Amino acid sequence: MHKGKGMKFVGDSRISAERKPNIPKDYSEYPGRTEAFWPNFLLKEWLAGAVFLVGFLCLTLAHPSPLEGMADPTDAAYIPLPDWYFLFLYELLKYEFASGDWTLMGILILPGIAFGALLLAPFLDNGPGRRPHQRPVAVGMMLLGLVSVIWLTYTSAAHVDWEGRAEANKPVPTAEVDIDTEHPGYASYENSCLACHGAELEGGAGPSLVGLDLSAEEIADIAVNGIGSMPPDQFQGSDEELEQLVDFIITVNESAE
Amino acid sequence: MLQKIYDWIDDRIDITPIWRDIADHEVPEHVNPAHHFSAFVYCFGGLTFFVVVIQILSGMFLTMYYVPDIENAWQSVYYLQTEVAHGQIVRGMHHWGASVVIVMLLLHTLRVFFQGAYKKPRELNWVVGVLIFFVMLGLGFTGYLLPWDNKAYFATQVGLEIAEQVPFIGMQLKTLLAGDATIVGAQTLTRFFAIHVFFLPAALFALLAVHFILIRRQGISGPL
Repeated sequence: MHKGKGMKFVGDSRISAERKPNIPKDYSEYPGRTEAFWPNFLLKEWLAGAVFLVGFLCLTLAHPSPLEGMADPTDAAYIPLPDWYFLFLYELLKYEFASGDWTLMGILILPGIAFGALLLAPFLDNGPGRRPHQRPVAVGMMLLGLVSVIWLTYTSAAHVDWEGRAEANKPVPTAEVDIDTEHPGYASYENSCLACHGAELEGGAGPSLVGLDLSAEEIADIAVNGIGSMPPDQFQGSDEELEQLVDFIITVNESAE
Repeated sequence: MLQKIYDWIDDRIDITPIWRDIADHEVPEHVNPAHHFSAFVYCFGGLTFFVVVIQILSGMFLTMYYVPDIENAWQSVYYLQTEVAHGQIVRGMHHWGASVVIVMLLLHTLRVFFQGAYKKPRELNWVVGVLIFFVMLGLGFTGYLLPWDNKAYFATQVGLEIAEQVPFIGMQLKTLLAGDATIVGAQTLTRFFAIHVFFLPAALFALLAVHFILIRRQGISGPL
């Protein structure tokens, strides 16, 4: 940097009036095929990033993020489960030497040693050699830790019925429905559908009829011909009654929106 | 035109040296997958940062709809998931990103470890990196509660019970996190929200800045 007398500044600031040229550094004298980060390497990195992003977006599109029912602190039957990257700690606490009187072992000492060693690895493994075979203890400990974590995560996850859990804890929209028992279609609903679909269309042996994405014709068709495990001829009445029944179901659905 | 704007600014605040400091650094041959395909292992760190950026952006959009209170938290997430245009994708990115970032972080850590890249003079940067790992796990733990569904609630309850068993400070630690000695409720949710959205990201940004500045000062480790 140019210093001393004769320096010119921009106004009364400390910015030098002399402009520096905006020229990239030359790497041709560097060893091997060194290249500039900007812009040469960044363009390639950008491509790798784009491929990664496409893969990531495919994952999010293929598997919508799960959401269970709203938290219910009174649900004593719920079996808690942490996110997958905490499963190994969760599993560790099930071992005899890490639970009961030995809980401290599981929650503090073992994870403390493992993560403490990870944090201080450069000071524990302070020899000059960088190659794995030059530091067998450090590499051995890391492999041991890695295998234990993978094993614990696997054992923990293998015992979980993931699909069963997702099915049992589906979110239920808390839609308020108006059941108009004066509606001309209600009598038909009571006689033909209520036993399986519930007094408030909330479902039972059959699925809930709230939040249907079906047209009137489709509902009428299902009532007469059945669908899936629902047998046909559940509704046996006149066409006029069928029309009233469908209108009733649609009215309730509209009230729920 | 752009050049004129640049010159006008450069005239006044002399940004060229700052810009050259950021842009000018070399990529040695041994870390460049274009020359040695096996050098893709050097991408893990950059990809981790990429996922962190995805997390920040998707998280910012999620807070436009999310309401951190026990009556509405679940409702707002459900609304976002089912009614808001692309809400499912934005939440999906944040949800899966939380897992992917842990995976990438692990791969990056293993690359650095098995190459012995943390050896002198890079010990401090390894320590900063492991701290980033801890902050990331903290973000995962606090973020898990926010949708306020059953798995969130009960997992957090277990986590807080574990914190409670820490000797001497267990009770204080639990109260600090949950806002109450026994109840996991409204206070817990707002605290976890604050920790997830303000405290830990602030720590993360500071650590990331140190991590990157140290890499630029020391340069990337040489070939084995």
